[in-house]
Amino acid sequence: MSIVESPTTPDAASIDPFDLEFLRDPLPHHAALRDAGPVVRLEKYGVYAMARYDEVHAALVDWQSFQSAAGVGLSNFRHEKPWRPPSVLLEADPPRHDGPRAVVAPLLTTRRLRDLEQQWRADAATVVDAVLDRGEEFDAVTDLAEVFPLRVFPDAVGIGKEGRENLLPYGDFAFNAFGPPNELVTSAAPHMPPVTEWIGRQCLRENLTEDGFGAQIWAAADRGEISPEHAPMIVRSLLTAGVDTTVTGIAAIVHALAHTPGAVARLRRDRSLTRTAFEEAVRLTSPVQTFFRTATRDLQVGGVDIADGEKILMFLGSANRDPRRWEDPDTFDLDRDPSGHVAFGMGIHQCVGQHIARLEAICVLDALLDRIVDIEPAAPEQRHLNNTLVGWEHMPVRVHRG
Amino acid sequence: MADTLTAASARRNAAHGGTLVVTARRDVAQDVVELTLARPGGERLPDWAPGAHIDIVLPDGTTRQYSLLGDRWDAHSFTIAVLREREGRGGSEHIHTRLTAGDTVGFGGPRNNFRLSPAPGYLFVAGGIGITPLMPMVRQAELLGDPWRLLYLGRSRARLAYLDELAQYGERVTVHAADESGRAVIDDWMPDPAVPPVVYACGPERMLDAVDLWAAPLGRHRVRLERFTARGDADRPATVFEVEVASSGAVVTVQKDESIVDALRRVDVDVITSCAQGVCGTCETGVLRGVPDHRDALLSEAERAESRCLYPCISRAVSDRLVLDL
Ligand code: FES
Repeated sequence: MSIVESPTTPDAASIDPFDLEFLRDPLPHHAALRDAGPVVRLEKYGVYAMARYDEVHAALVDWQSFQSAAGVGLSNFRHEKPWRPPSVLLEADPPRHDGPRAVVAPLLTTRRLRDLEQQWRADAATVVDAVLDRGEEFDAVTDLAEVFPLRVFPDAVGIGKEGRENLLPYGDFAFNAFGPPNELVTSAAPHMPPVTEWIGRQCLRENLTEDGFGAQIWAAADRGEISPEHAPMIVRSLLTAGVDTTVTGIAAIVHALAHTPGAVARLRRDRSLTRTAFEEAVRLTSPVQTFFRTATRDLQVGGVDIADGEKILMFLGSANRDPRRWEDPDTFDLDRDPSGHVAFGMGIHQCVGQHIARLEAICVLDALLDRIVDIEPAAPEQRHLNNTLVGWEHMPVRVHRG
Repeated sequence: MADTLTAASARRNAAHGGTLVVTARRDVAQDVVELTLARPGGERLPDWAPGAHIDIVLPDGTTRQYSLLGDRWDAHSFTIAVLREREGRGGSEHIHTRLTAGDTVGFGGPRNNFRLSPAPGYLFVAGGIGITPLMPMVRQAELLGDPWRLLYLGRSRARLAYLDELAQYGERVTVHAADESGRAVIDDWMPDPAVPPVVYACGPERMLDAVDLWAAPLGRHRVRLERFTARGDADRPATVFEVEVASSGAVVTVQKDESIVDALRRVDVDVITSCAQGVCGTCETGVLRGVPDHRDALLSEAERAESRCLYPCISRAVSDRLVLDL
């Protein structure tokens, strides 16, 4: 496109992406940011923002120009001390990122997960049966989307049974902490020390079962593929990033089905579409909405100069609804090819647990499709507010069992 | 100040599949030529780390593996160095005698069976062309400020590539040329088991066998070898082949310049992709019959040999037909 666009309209520049009003209903703000230009300067925080697909995708893959080690939240680790030791995966660049990534990625491939699939499908059937036994109306978040990941994922990692109620608040806090210290952060912070301590204990070798992902990560340290200090940090990454996100992923599917008449019937007729359904659901409701990068040198994007060390906020959720990339972007469309969405990111930091997220969601979806003929909203949903994640507190739905 | 690549052109990478054009060629030692390779449109190349290699598919279908030795902060070119092996099976001979700037080759990967792991110190042992995977390791150890040494063995200095670059590291590089100092006795260089570094070695079989003996005193995980022979050579890939969809029996022909995913779309079979480069695993598809030509960065050598799945965003076929579990 050859038109010179004004890089920042006054409106978009004053948007605060961590304001509770924004978080409650981000979509109109996303549209304003996309329309304001390929790169927008957000005045309140003195950071740049990208909300269009092309720029977000390009920044995600270009780790050479857009680094993660200076923090993927608002805080700039070049000048500020992180609230916890930085993640050796998410908040690291090559070469330090190489070892941890190379160790964890092969553990979480679809080929390796096949060993878990049968058990997870059985668990999904049990969870869905239990929900449906209680009646035709239930809360898709608290009765289902939160229950299933908490049932299967901690076991797969291999942590103890005690204290698992800490996982959701810990993840929620960690994702809040990528934003500014607003009330979402300050209200939870006083409760965090014991939670953080519990998480830390779960990552120790002696507290992990012998066959889980956690033990396999420690085994890689024994083989010298990562340092012994890396091992608990990588386990911590799994526990931080692997629960709240999959809760939203599952809730996103239910939300899409409940709001798309005929979707359940179509999926029941053609089960080969379940993969598309999941990808479409996370395209529309991308659990992780935003991540920051930091410019490693003076760059120019879409005609805007970004100086070395400046923070850039990438709106993944907005990129996934950019009409410049997606036809009819706000529609859940089972005939669409959702390939290339950036809900899991892209490039070297692409979500290492994406195949787990898919498998969890597909297990729940199939269990539902086996048992219901339709689903609809029973009452308006209630948003869960988080500086980085989008999701729901409650999602009352009604099912028809046919 | 290079602008960053747009996603639109990143998406077009998929259309180029695995094609590279030779952008530069220079002699770096006697019988060793260095090639710089790029996408025909200059787009971004897949990411890699020291120790990685790519498959190069020559026009006659010969596939050979070469270590990447360039700078991974430059995402737009690959560098390889090729030794002319007159007794070889023709791949290196073709590259030396026929490949010039502007020519294109196919490629797969990068894959990495020789990763540089964090360690308190490194001893790199190179024999001749075995220097290629070790060059980026040396640079990386240097970047991280980790202690390292390089032992570089060969028949003569004239046959050793990159001595000029390595000269800057002074004492840390030991060059042993057989025509000056006689045949090397590998064991003379065995590190002190009291403070063992991690050893990365690449070179001729006899040298590697000698280095491998250090594993007993130093610890198995402290001795890592890259044996070129262990990298399986693919059979000659088919340029045009058929893909059959098992569930419907539909058959589609995959043309030379399109991916299996592209071809399947023509018969309304959508395979969801993400990276479109054989990196993320999203498009994994079961193989029921036929022999794949794996071009991904994901499968281990054992999994490639088994070939129970492939990544249709990038991989192709050796056999005339693949039957996919779709
Ligand atoms: S789409 Fe990533 S491996 Fe094929």
